[in-house]
Amino acid sequence: MGLLQQGGNKRMAVKVMIPTPLRQFTGRQSSIECNAATVGEALGSLTATFSDLRRHLFTEEGKVRSFVNVYLNDEDIRFLNKENTPTKDGDTISIVPSIAGGSSCDGK
Amino acid sequence: MLLLARKLEQEIRDHGAKDYPHECCGAMLGTDGEAAEREVRALFPLINRRDDSPRNRFSITPEDFRAAERAAAERGLDLLGWYHSHPDHPARPSEFDREHAWPWYSYVIVSVDGGVPKDLTSWQLEDDRSKFFPEEVVPERAASQGKQV
Repeated sequence: MGLLQQGGNKRMAVKVMIPTPLRQFTGRQSSIECNAATVGEALGSLTATFSDLRRHLFTEEGKVRSFVNVYLNDEDIRFLNKENTPTKDGDTISIVPSIAGGSSCDGK
Repeated sequence: MLLLARKLEQEIRDHGAKDYPHECCGAMLGTDGEAAEREVRALFPLINRRDDSPRNRFSITPEDFRAAERAAAERGLDLLGWYHSHPDHPARPSEFDREHAWPWYSYVIVSVDGGVPKDLTSWQLEDDRSKFFPEEVVPERAASQGKQV
């Protein structure tokens, strides 16, 4: 195993956990392994491989949807460096749904 | 098709009535079978976390989501989907529902008019996210299939 380092351009071996509602788009795999330097790169790699995931994870503007929560190990990336959060070898990225809805379009 | 026993359907209705005029919400646990048939075996009622707009919005946080997942796992069941109520509004998914929905899950909606539960429907999001398609809700399997709920 080579040197462990955070950030920079070195891609790290990470695992992305796929929630049940999205497994139909990953050949029923519950986790995907990839090499990525950041969380954003891992999500990009994921959606490049499984393109049907893209519309459920990202808005048309390319931002992570508000009801898609992304954790690096046990930490919400919103409280780290968001998609620019660097990864380390062996990290786990989890996609955890928020569930929301409501009866009308009035309000937010 | 969503198999939802009358007892469980009544629990959803009661939750909607209890939380009126606010939206109620909860998880549905069960088994996802073949031939597009799902059976709800248990409910996991949750708290609507939208304190700012509970009359027309509901929210289930990732923490509550994980609690529902654990509850399903402890029972050896799958997390099939979610139910919520529409106070004084039809039991049809709104545009807001569509924008925030996940594919695969069953979404049960119960309308609660003036505090009285009325229609109960179920829906799944199309894979292209364009709209929901309705899911038939039945209280039990047909007699020809044997087991009754």
